[in-house]
Amino acid sequence: MARVKLDNYVVPAAPRLGFRGWLRWIWRQVTSMRVALILLLLLALASIPGSVLPQWPQDAAATRAFVADNPFWGPFLDATGFLDVFGSAWFTAIYLLLFASLIGCIAPRAAHHYRELRRPIAATPRSLSRYDGAGPERADVAPDDALARASAVLRPRAGWVGALRGYRVRIDRRDDGSVALAAETGHMRELGNLVFHASLVAVLLAVAYGTLFTYRGQAIVVEGRSFTNAVSAYDTFSSGSLFDPSDLDPFTIRLDSLDASFSDTGRPLHFQANVTYTEPGEEPVAEEISVNHPLESGDAKVYLQGNGYAPVLTVRDAAGEVAFSGPVVFLAQDAAYTSTGVVKVPDVTTGEQLGFKATLYPTFLEGPFAVGSIHPDPANPVIEMLAYTGDLGLDAGIPQNVYTLDESQLSPVQDEDGQPVTLRLALGETVDLPDGLGSVTFEELPRYGAFDLRADPSLPWLLTAAVLTLVGLATSLFASRRKVWLVARDDDGTTVVTGAAYAPAHDAGVGGVLERAIAAAAGREPAPGAEEKEEE
Amino acid sequence: MNVTELSVMTLWGATTLYAIAMFAYAIRLARVADEKVAAKAAVAVPVGAGAPADAPLVAEAPAASSPVKRSAKAAGIARATTLVGAMLHAVGLAARGIDAGHVPWSNMYEYTISGSFFAVAAFLIIQRRRDIAFLGAGVTGMATIALGLALTVLYKDVDTLPPALQSYWLVIHVSIATIVTGILTVSFVTSALQLMRDSRATGRRWAGARFRWLEAVPSAAKLEALSFRMNAVGFVLWTFTVMAGAIWAEHAWGRYWGWDPKEVWSFVIWVLYAAYLHARTTQGWAGRRSAWLAIAGYVALIMNFTVVNLFFQGLHTYAGS
Repeated sequence: MARVKLDNYVVPAAPRLGFRGWLRWIWRQVTSMRVALILLLLLALASIPGSVLPQWPQDAAATRAFVADNPFWGPFLDATGFLDVFGSAWFTAIYLLLFASLIGCIAPRAAHHYRELRRPIAATPRSLSRYDGAGPERADVAPDDALARASAVLRPRAGWVGALRGYRVRIDRRDDGSVALAAETGHMRELGNLVFHASLVAVLLAVAYGTLFTYRGQAIVVEGRSFTNAVSAYDTFSSGSLFDPSDLDPFTIRLDSLDASFSDTGRPLHFQANVTYTEPGEEPVAEEISVNHPLESGDAKVYLQGNGYAPVLTVRDAAGEVAFSGPVVFLAQDAAYTSTGVVKVPDVTTGEQLGFKATLYPTFLEGPFAVGSIHPDPANPVIEMLAYTGDLGLDAGIPQNVYTLDESQLSPVQDEDGQPVTLRLALGETVDLPDGLGSVTFEELPRYGAFDLRADPSLPWLLTAAVLTLVGLATSLFASRRKVWLVARDDDGTTVVTGAAYAPAHDAGVGGVLERAIAAAAGREPAPGAEEKEEE
Repeated sequence: MNVTELSVMTLWGATTLYAIAMFAYAIRLARVADEKVAAKAAVAVPVGAGAPADAPLVAEAPAASSPVKRSAKAAGIARATTLVGAMLHAVGLAARGIDAGHVPWSNMYEYTISGSFFAVAAFLIIQRRRDIAFLGAGVTGMATIALGLALTVLYKDVDTLPPALQSYWLVIHVSIATIVTGILTVSFVTSALQLMRDSRATGRRWAGARFRWLEAVPSAAKLEALSFRMNAVGFVLWTFTVMAGAIWAEHAWGRYWGWDPKEVWSFVIWVLYAAYLHARTTQGWAGRRSAWLAIAGYVALIMNFTVVNLFFQGLHTYAGS
């Protein structure tokens, strides 16, 4: 191994690289194939932690738990970007260097290829003995005419397929009186290669463009309720840095019903949201949204991403006044839709605020071994809840998660023995809270749909770039790179043709082309199978 | 016999025939190597200086030596059992599809039975054009293991498609992914043989008499050319798979790429095969190192089918069931 020398001060006479020299050296390294290869391998290696470790953008809850559970490794991996691999500085550095390498490699090659296409191809080599040859064969016409016939076979044919598959041909008259034909194909291969790499850059640019202008929002809509497309109406909303909220098209979606069908074993069969879609100033239209069938609205799409139950509950306070009434979104926790939800009742006329932690069992079954839901359909819906009194902590002005109860200033409602009371309600039932605190009624059980709205103006560009990538790639790998040469000389009045061909080792079909060319020159039919062999 | 039983029984039949084919192909390899060595020793055939060293493998041994072609008999048995095995395999696959009422590639059991079918099919199709019998033992061996594992460990009764898979993209995206797996399996066997053959040729490893069967395998350079063609097809189809997957993801989940574990590994596979293609044309990397990269790509592909399905949480989790 040669030692790496930054600059050769040992030999005073040796030229120094200097600043510009160094820049040039670095650029040459970055654009070298070896470095590109190492960067590719690094890219593959760097991606792997992104599938093994929990990632913030993919699963924030799991990542938070991971950091909390691992007091050393959690914060360490978080700080070094391993919990957001694909947004980390080092991952970005690898792919940006790779793209720099790619551009540095293909830009000169594109220029070279352009010049190469306008230059005549290289003449036939003096000696063909280094290559796989054919002939000699006798031809019935003069050398010029024999090669003209071969040339006609090789040159681009009519139609664009023929044009793409043809050979570039040159014919030279040599000093020794012989006539030499050189034919070459391979420009499509290089062109495809350039298109492929350029399209990869286009993919990256399209993704970047999309990241800047995209927007995405999630909203939960209960059956019978409506939703208007405005930033404030979403439960969560995120957008690219150049997105303008006034671009939102203020359409309205009313969820008329949500169909969820399950097999007898509780396996999901089909989810479908039946909605009424209203564009401003237009007539309402009935639409269906299901998994794999988003609703398209302008450049945005509305996806059905989830569903569940939102029981309608009414809470009366100690004075008998309705303190709360409406649907409460419960989140499904398992395949049988055992769902949990939280009811917060801050507006009581007398006494302390009320809070409830509730679990819904759509098909409740109390057996000898287990209590729970056995099927996601609402055959026997039962809600179990724990009641709390105290301060819900809503006045602090800090936004609260609607799915959790802040128990720091709440105390559970207890029975005479000091045990927390579990209330159990079937659909339509009302239960009184202990100590005359009030009552809870389970009125109805509508479903809700979780909708995801997303617009990404880069999609058409991305698709175009992707298709070009694929076409370029296929061309660069499957178009052939072949050279065919024929030499015809006059040997005492008869024309003798010899030929040779060259192609990379994996391309066995070049022999077929040579056979076809030399047969044409000799004025005979090509050997059977030549055409077929050529395709290999 | 109902259609479920028909599927399972034909698949077991295919497994058995592939196992027989594997032994027959292995015996053929050993015999070809014996014949080659015997021919060399007996006649000291004047392999002319001009002839390329690795030209005809099974040199048309001069008639004098041995009741020629004991290898041909083994080759005949191997070909026939593979072909009949593939037919039974196709019947088993079709019966599974009819039984389930959807394409037979929606869970791991189904991926495995269809992926192994496409591997054998790719082998048979290429064999129509060129003699690649030396790959037979590896391909049928892997098909035997895959089918055996599928029928014993991975087996799942037919079930309806979950809503997320109710899309024509299941036909496009997953079928191409499964076909790629088949093609790259054949290529993997080729690359592995290439490395072994190369090691033997240079005397590094596998040089002993026990590995004399490697003499019946073409030169490393020829194997490289063969595996390149398959890898090229595989890489283009894998690119298509990833793109089709992105389009489907955009349809179903509202984003075309989200670094789900399956997507991460699809990306890793793509990058590894891209590295392989670059390595082929890089000085110092062509040959052995690029072959190792192709093998790494294949290992990642299998990881994506197995480890990622079974152990990583992601949106593709139904694949594990």
